[in-house]
Amino acid sequence: MLMNNAEDMEDILAVAAAWAAAGEQVALATVTESWGSSPRPAGSRMAVTVSGRIAGSVSGGCIEGAVAEAALRSLATGVPERLEYGVTNEMAWEVGLACGGRVKLFVEPLI
Amino acid sequence: MKRETIAALQAARAARRAVAFATRLDDGAAFILPDPAAGAALNAQATAALRADRSGTHEIEGASWFIEARNPAPRLILVGAVHIAQALAPLAAMTGFAVTLVDPRRAFGNEDRFPGITLNNDWPDAAMLALAPDTRTAVVTLTHDPKLDDPALDEALRSDAFYIGALGSRKTHAARLARLAALGHTPAALARIRGPVGLDIGAVSAPEIALSVIAEIVAVQRGGGLAVRGA
Repeated sequence: MLMNNAEDMEDILAVAAAWAAAGEQVALATVTESWGSSPRPAGSRMAVTVSGRIAGSVSGGCIEGAVAEAALRSLATGVPERLEYGVTNEMAWEVGLACGGRVKLFVEPLI
Repeated sequence: MKRETIAALQAARAARRAVAFATRLDDGAAFILPDPAAGAALNAQATAALRADRSGTHEIEGASWFIEARNPAPRLILVGAVHIAQALAPLAAMTGFAVTLVDPRRAFGNEDRFPGITLNNDWPDAAMLALAPDTRTAVVTLTHDPKLDDPALDEALRSDAFYIGALGSRKTHAARLARLAALGHTPAALARIRGPVGLDIGAVSAPEIALSVIAEIVAVQRGGGLAVRGA
């Protein structure tokens, strides 16, 4: 597939805006800080819709499901949230980053 | 985030205008900076973020702000609308470069062969003067034809381009360096030209060569371990 710069695959905001314009309800997640071996730098984004579409990523794939849930919750409540994920042995039963990195996120509705 | 905010960010990107996008993490309030309404401290942090090309979270006047540096996309100027360019241009675009393809030969440099790629059909020296490569621009010549490659490289060497590469074998490259030296370029200046272009991954096909070129450009841009060529 040929991409021009307007369809830059890192430009998740453009995807989110296009979805919203098509009538989808969209929420956004943004990495605001990351440490250690977390693979996605600050500014990385993911867009999710109530209908189940997902674009972009905020980690190597380990926390996307939980973040999508939180993002959709913020869409339902209309209130943005701050999230933080890391991994320790004690919280291994929770969703975390297997890479040992740590990441902070901001989720919000697109209005 | 508001849809009109995304539209404003997209407009800045399309105009190649550097902006910082600030979000207050307590409530999602947002500013596109510079903006006098946002106050001096936030604007100063935005300037610093853009200069460092780094996004991050900052405590400003008692609140946490995420400030995203949104500098214009780095540019890649390709000289020569050849077969390799057909693989390199889309790969570069996917990697996040704003690609301009220069070739005065319209039989090669046309929309049919390069759908969606910005084309410039001027002679390479005129095109390079107009495009004015800066510190966020890479230049790669691909024609193998001295009368097209040489004027482009001559202008690239007079610019601040962060990467200059020239396709061609070691023998071709040695001859090219001799011609450019005759134009007055010093050995130190000529050492800026990476030739043969691209990382040595044993590339054979056009997509493989494109991959080696983009990989080397990214290595130089990001200061990766493969940015410096071995002896």
